[in-house]
Amino acid sequence: MELKVKTVAEYINAGDTPEILFWVGCAGSFDDRAKKVTKAVAKILQAAEVKFAILGQEESCTGDPAKRAGNEFLFQMQAMQNIMVLNGYEIKKIVTACPHCFNTLKNEYPSLGGNYEVIHHSQLIEQLLKEGRLQVEGGQFKGKKITFHDPCYLGRANNVYEAPRDVLSKLDAELVEMKRCRTKGLCCGAGGAQMFKEAEQGSKEVNVERSEEALSVKPDFIAVGCPFCNTMMTDGVKLAEKEDQVKVLDIAELIAQAADL
Amino acid sequence: MHHTGILLSILPNIIFTLIFLAGISLFMINVRKIIRNIKLGKDLNRNDNPAERWKLMVRVALGQSKMMVRPIPGILHLFVYVGFVIINIEIVEIILDGILGTHRLFAPFLGGFYDFLIASFEILAFLVLVGVVAFYIRRNVIYIKRFRQDDLKGFPKNDANIILITEVLLMGAFLTMNAADQVLVAKSAAHYGDYGAYPISGLITGWFEGWSVESLVIYERFAWWFHIIGILAFMNYLPYSKHLHIAMAFPNVWYSKLKPKGELPNMEAVTREVKLMLDPSAPMEEAAGPVKFGAKDIQDLSWKNLMDAYSCTECGRCTSECPANITGKLLSPRAIMMKTRDRMEEVGKNIDANKGTFMDDGKSLLHSYITPEELWACTTCNACVEACPVNIDPVDIIVNLRQQLVMEESAPPASLAGMFTNMENNGAPWQFSPSDRANWREE
Ligand code: SF4
Ligand code: SF4
Repeated sequence: MELKVKTVAEYINAGDTPEILFWVGCAGSFDDRAKKVTKAVAKILQAAEVKFAILGQEESCTGDPAKRAGNEFLFQMQAMQNIMVLNGYEIKKIVTACPHCFNTLKNEYPSLGGNYEVIHHSQLIEQLLKEGRLQVEGGQFKGKKITFHDPCYLGRANNVYEAPRDVLSKLDAELVEMKRCRTKGLCCGAGGAQMFKEAEQGSKEVNVERSEEALSVKPDFIAVGCPFCNTMMTDGVKLAEKEDQVKVLDIAELIAQAADL
Repeated sequence: MHHTGILLSILPNIIFTLIFLAGISLFMINVRKIIRNIKLGKDLNRNDNPAERWKLMVRVALGQSKMMVRPIPGILHLFVYVGFVIINIEIVEIILDGILGTHRLFAPFLGGFYDFLIASFEILAFLVLVGVVAFYIRRNVIYIKRFRQDDLKGFPKNDANIILITEVLLMGAFLTMNAADQVLVAKSAAHYGDYGAYPISGLITGWFEGWSVESLVIYERFAWWFHIIGILAFMNYLPYSKHLHIAMAFPNVWYSKLKPKGELPNMEAVTREVKLMLDPSAPMEEAAGPVKFGAKDIQDLSWKNLMDAYSCTECGRCTSECPANITGKLLSPRAIMMKTRDRMEEVGKNIDANKGTFMDDGKSLLHSYITPEELWACTTCNACVEACPVNIDPVDIIVNLRQQLVMEESAPPASLAGMFTNMENNGAPWQFSPSDRANWREE
């Protein structure tokens, strides 16, 4: 499928307005692995004929890692600048594939003047499937085992546990849960700005602990819903030398694959 | 002669009344100190949505919903909790008997219902014993990591055991008192009326069969005094113990954060400055006093953070779910709460010793108690908040202390300082040019 992704500015120049803004996020824009997820999301939106746009060069980091690292100044500078852009374009609805962006945009922007309806891509995909705007055939996943790793900033932080599972259930695969799932899901180790620093001294890396748990349920796929979890779990699986048997894929990638996009 | 006789006969009532009043007064003094210490924290509005708060309190504090996530300790705790609350109804009678010199004052008024009450108390007392003995074994015999970790070494471990042993003694006194009472009734001793039903202590009356009436009276009285003085002593031990949670759990859950766990509050002082930086022509809003960013000591935390610290049961459910702690990092969210309480109590004593004002003691919560290494291990995953049976929020304290490290002390880890620079220059935590943001479309 050929991608035709327009920016909000391009929409407006053409005298049109998008239905929803796709907030790509820094990982989704720059990280090679996450860019594939970005493309999968774009393909899904395009296939479902959602009128979506991105901010492109006008997007900037939400400020989440700065805030969690204690740099409130930097966070609010980022937030205010983004809010000026978003409000300038009169954005109403935002979808993002990053739970950190999701949490920040949804919960921390309103009191700074940015009020939008913000959803995670798993929620949008769930809705598109329900409305029949998107069709998937589970064929290629039949008999496969998938385990879902809850992102902290989607699950505990915002109580979204079912949307990703609902979406995965459309794949006709066997969904197996890890012992620590949903409210008890173990972090991948990247949140709270850990992604951008060395781990403190300990006996083990968090992502290793979590990947081992995921591998212990003998899945064919580890499904994730966050670019940082994706990196952490991929690294963990590699470290266990299981990358040939077990694939770490984002929900969007699994759905795009199943829908032959 | 006659007067001394009366005096002698009411002497126990007088002694009891004095002990009772002293116990209550001492407790009130400590309660006032606890409230004063909590108020050392900064303002925070947690009075919105009272309806939702009451519901939450009923479910989480009264209904113990989060305890049941782990069913075995959950049910054992329910025994002890329900037993503790209900048996305390009996305390009302014990206190009035003590002051008035009566014996089982309520019995004649309540009739059959009194039998039911006493029978329920006895069964509950037995369940409390079961729970408490099981807890003692869990803590001291079986290996359960969260009860063996370093942050519980010393007083916290003894504290837990002191409470458990005290409960055994109190329940033991209650049941043996009832058993002795029944034997006295059987021997038709004066003053002991045939009231109540005794499903548990009825089974152990055999222990007292051979005793003389005098010894029985002495034992019954001893158990009675032990029980009531024990409870007064226990009440006054609470302020020094993790057992304070039996009172604090309720307000602490009521004042929970109702917003999504992932939402961190935005600092208003920063908002003012950022607005000015982005638009220098914006009207200057007056800041109230010098602005400090983040928290260095307990006075910089919110009163809710401090209430959290007093409410902590030191159960370690948070720490046992903490990814940092599980993987051997120094961070333990339980320790964060315990250190906050220790420092708060130290500051409180300092204020008491200095006639109401805090004298700088060269110490602070950050650095003297909590180290940057602990703080930087947190992934803000909120597993601790989710796990806490009394809705404590260690993450809020951790982030506040990080803000102090970064904004006041300019001491973030080097890699994070690099991330900040990238974000300032490129609008991304990595070194990529903003102009490349949409390149993925063509790749
Ligand atoms: S939020 Fe921080 S302290 Fe709490 S469980 Fe997660 S890593 Fe541990
Ligand atoms: S913070 Fe909560 S979970 Fe952690 S030890 Fe204290 S009471 Fe237990």
